[in-house]
Amino acid sequence: MDKTIVKAGNLVYRRTPVMNDNVMHYCPGCGHGTVHRLIAEVIEEMDIQSETIGIAPVGCSVLIYNYLEIDMQEAAHGRAPALATAAKRLMPEKYVFTYQGDGDLAAIGTAETIHAANRGEDISVFFINNGIYGMTGGQMAPTTLPGMVSSTSPYGRDIKMMGNPLKITELVARLPGAYFVTRQAVHTPSSVRKAKKAIRRAFENQTHKKGLSLVEIVSNCNSGWKMTPVEANKWMVDNMFPFYPPGDIKLNGKLVNKEKE
Amino acid sequence: MKGNEAIAEAAIRAGADAYFGYPITPQSEVLEYLMAEKPHERTGMVVLQAESEIAAINMVYGGAACGRKVFTSSSSPGISLKQEGLSYIAGAELPCLVVNVVRGGPGLGTIQPAQSDYFQATRGGGHGDYRVIVLAPYSVQEMADFVGMGFDLAFKYRNPAMILTDGALGQMMEKVLLKEQQPRMTEYPEWATTGKGTDREKNVITSLDLDSAGQEKFNRKIQDKYRQMKEEEVRFEVTECEDAEYLIVAYGTSARICQKSVQLARDKGIKAGLFRPVTLFPFPEKPLREMAEKVKGVLSVEMSAGQMVEDVLLAVNGRIKVGHYGRMGGILPTADEIVEALENKFAKK
Repeated sequence: MDKTIVKAGNLVYRRTPVMNDNVMHYCPGCGHGTVHRLIAEVIEEMDIQSETIGIAPVGCSVLIYNYLEIDMQEAAHGRAPALATAAKRLMPEKYVFTYQGDGDLAAIGTAETIHAANRGEDISVFFINNGIYGMTGGQMAPTTLPGMVSSTSPYGRDIKMMGNPLKITELVARLPGAYFVTRQAVHTPSSVRKAKKAIRRAFENQTHKKGLSLVEIVSNCNSGWKMTPVEANKWMVDNMFPFYPPGDIKLNGKLVNKEKE
Repeated sequence: MKGNEAIAEAAIRAGADAYFGYPITPQSEVLEYLMAEKPHERTGMVVLQAESEIAAINMVYGGAACGRKVFTSSSSPGISLKQEGLSYIAGAELPCLVVNVVRGGPGLGTIQPAQSDYFQATRGGGHGDYRVIVLAPYSVQEMADFVGMGFDLAFKYRNPAMILTDGALGQMMEKVLLKEQQPRMTEYPEWATTGKGTDREKNVITSLDLDSAGQEKFNRKIQDKYRQMKEEEVRFEVTECEDAEYLIVAYGTSARICQKSVQLARDKGIKAGLFRPVTLFPFPEKPLREMAEKVKGVLSVEMSAGQMVEDVLLAVNGRIKVGHYGRMGGILPTADEIVEALENKFAKK
């Protein structure tokens, strides 16, 4: 191939150097790869690769550090906000973020999530909510919808027996230490663009020192949900979005639509 | 000053970068002292009261991953909660210092001093094949001295170090000679996650290896480290052992009491000596074996049902009679009852 075709003028897309060539282990159709890329692109655009420390979770995205070209720490299940707290307090000039799934952030790590937010730690939390434990094989998560089938709720989530799904993002938004809380998705080109803006805002907020930013990404798990990627995205829009509506929940430290809460 | 306060002050002076803790009796003075001292003004050190012991040890993990000198303290039930984090820290090969001011257990137990966490401390404590360097002070002076030593060993081996003490030493007030203020680090180890510059590959701190061959290789590597610790880091102290016919083995508060027992025994004509392990892991196996060969019996004295006695038995390896005397539930043995135990086990027919 003629390499001269790649000129600044006709280059429409390239992989950000903050990501590498490693083949991802994610299922085809999964949202993780897209969110990884958005984070990497924002890091490149803000030129903060050398100042960013990421904290990986336990779950499907445990190996995020294999794909991003930044310094990373792999936390125990749910504890990423505790690691991030220490990293940020010891290096306040750096950008520190956590990347966590719903089991990690909203079940086992609930205390760490709530208290890091309530202390107003100047970190960014990227929260991928697909309503299921993907890596362990599709078990019920704290965010599994009422009636939703999983391997540990094979007849659907029975609220009376298994309790309610947890809207932890709304909970975090209520805390005085949370500065920016939003819910996004990455299933369409326009949602990807919006999610990227939210991720950038979450990073930029770290320079203001006004508190924690949390970006929830409602995502799919076509393997766990036992659907094709296209079906999974449609199911997400029809079922997840009514319960987890996309949009900003808290901006600049102020709740949006306070009366509706 | 109190033992707990000595640890806190010694840490500031050792140039510690951060402390993350959670209140629990009988060690809350560590956190209280640090908060009152405002070390962020003295040295820039970070002090934070976490929401739980679990959060505290994971803050230690995050701080240690940045190459910083970080520590935490707690007491038995809280140390149990920290074991997951300790396993990760050992698995990620990070240095840190953990202080366990032991109280009697199991469960919520008592708030009085005990030595019943010996197994947990010396066998790793959490899941997986790992060890923690365990230092056992027996005076407030040593509580202070072992902080700097613990940090040094932790960084030398990239492994957690623990000060295993108890409620008696934590609350005890003694005169203590503190070191001069050491500056905090300004340069960090090359493995630290401080931000990937263009001059180096990214640093990843993890304990995960999904490839079994890789995981076994890693395990062999850390076992080599533990072997090196056994060769280079063994510390112990002997008192009145030159002509001893009976050896008392005790650490920490028990060793303090046994000093008196040795005198009382000698007043009665029983030639007793004291062997005090200072490092519990690595346990002073070889020196104890050599000493034991010259005596008629060895008595392990602990504030537990008999935990260290297993290491004593392993060291002596059947060559000599070994007994155990212990009190539990927060009760300290008296010097007299230890002598009585020595007489009953060995000196009397």
